[in-house]
Amino acid sequence: MTVTRPARIGLRVIALAYLALLLLLPVGLVFEKTFAQGLSSVWASLTTPAAISAFWLTIEIAVIAVLANTIFGVVCALVLVRGRGRARWLLDVAIEVPFVISPVIVGLSLILVYGTTGWFGKWLISHGITVIFSVPGMILATVFVSMPFVVREVAPVLREIGTEQEQAAATLGASRWQTFRRITLPSIRWGVAYGVVLTTARALGEFGAVLIVSGNIAGKTQTLPLLVETRFYDFNSAGAYTAGALLAAISIVVLLIMTVTAPDRRRH
Amino acid sequence: MAISLRDVHKSFGDFKAVDGVSLDVPEGSLSALLGPSGSGKSTLLRLIAGLEQPDQGEIGIGGQEALAVPPQRRGIGFVFQHYAAFKHMTVRDNVAFGLAVRRRPKAEIRERVDELLGIVGLSGYADRYPSQLSGGQRQRMALARALAVRPRVLLLDEPFGALDANVRAELRTWLRGLHDDLGVTTLIVTHDQEEAMEVADQVVIMRAGRIEQTGAPRDVYRQPVNDWVMRFLGPVSRIGEHLVRPHEVSLALEPEGDAVEAMVARVIHLGSHVRVELELAGGGQAHAQLTPEKADELELERSDIVYLKHAQVTTPEARALSA
Repeated sequence: MTVTRPARIGLRVIALAYLALLLLLPVGLVFEKTFAQGLSSVWASLTTPAAISAFWLTIEIAVIAVLANTIFGVVCALVLVRGRGRARWLLDVAIEVPFVISPVIVGLSLILVYGTTGWFGKWLISHGITVIFSVPGMILATVFVSMPFVVREVAPVLREIGTEQEQAAATLGASRWQTFRRITLPSIRWGVAYGVVLTTARALGEFGAVLIVSGNIAGKTQTLPLLVETRFYDFNSAGAYTAGALLAAISIVVLLIMTVTAPDRRRH
Repeated sequence: MAISLRDVHKSFGDFKAVDGVSLDVPEGSLSALLGPSGSGKSTLLRLIAGLEQPDQGEIGIGGQEALAVPPQRRGIGFVFQHYAAFKHMTVRDNVAFGLAVRRRPKAEIRERVDELLGIVGLSGYADRYPSQLSGGQRQRMALARALAVRPRVLLLDEPFGALDANVRAELRTWLRGLHDDLGVTTLIVTHDQEEAMEVADQVVIMRAGRIEQTGAPRDVYRQPVNDWVMRFLGPVSRIGEHLVRPHEVSLALEPEGDAVEAMVARVIHLGSHVRVELELAGGGQAHAQLTPEKADELELERSDIVYLKHAQVTTPEARALSA
């Protein structure tokens, strides 16, 4: 498609204005509000016991959710693309569920299953395992809402690389595991990496589902997004901005690491 | 026999890709599976490699029953039409792959890879990536990779099918030379009769999942078992009851004996020979291939009337009846 020069400039202006108004300006303002209070109060706000606990809990939950969903995502993509079962379409649809239902409903449904009166929860509690209003439930909720990203990034890459390289590896004597390790995994690594970034971002920022299952107990089951909300409704908006800025900074750092370490994707 | 197949069947849904094939590929030979697309030749190759499982039949490699053996341990080298290069690895790592998964010592791998890169003429390219090679170079790399593990049989699936005409011609001559040097039993799949005729000791002609004829190139060309094989192996014209090759047709300006009258439709100068397209008096078309000298002597032009004679070749089917 050829685009005339004025049209091209017009398109750029629209795209940049859209980006600036909806993304850069609000996020920038959060940082601006944060640092407007002065560095010492930023530091004080970040080092309260509740903030430190929220920071580490957020990281812990995100790391576990990313690990679980990366392994699940790659296996699931392999089943979807390379599998031969007739029920694969069902899996394909099921993976979309976390995208289409509201996180609040995810939280509620987890309570129905694992809560004190839930059908699995009773058994767990009688064995001394508490899921709801505790960290395991928050991990479950986060894993649930961030599940589709790795699958959705890896499946098209798998489809695109085809099976010839894997077949060639087999004829050269590679076992299934060797073929996966040496051929399949390196071929899909950028799909996995991008899926990991999206999963991380989603896991760090999850609010609704985690709010419902966590009980939001400061110092125990409070993540950074929950801390932001609590501070905001406690009329501590400076503290809310500070926690928000920290959360945004973590996500941006993850994205930057990924962008810097990824070589030119077009090379292969 | 390096490869032996007994009554092998393979269907994909309702489609019978391979429909009762028995074949022996002699040790040390270079055989070609030749047929139009959909004739089952690639499926047959993949069955031998273990990349597909037959519905029925027996497959032996080097005198051993191969069906229970996974592709990893069949002792085969396989070369794919689209190279199947490992894109994230250098040429060296591609060629080393089979040895690396066998956990051979590093020094041995290095030596073997250098030797093979020398054989396929890629010595200076060890540190490049496949994307930095031409199609012909990629396929030579794939061949080196397949040969590195010293396979008992080498299976090539349309190896030159994705290459330019002149690179194809060059590579097939090179492949024949390589085979003569190494002596690895080789089976090549192709749909190009010229390629099969040029490289192979034995040509196996397939059609609709079955073998039509097996034999040395000159035998299948001169004594095709039926009209279909004859037509498939090269251009033919039907003159009366007979199927004739264009170079077996001779033209004269005067009627003689049982010569058939025809009108010249077109004279095409192709350098090494001249093709004369003809409209037969009794209906139908034919064409004759003449030497340039003969064509000059006849001074043929469009609409000239000529008389066709042909060597005493009966149709294969008529020959089969009289035999």
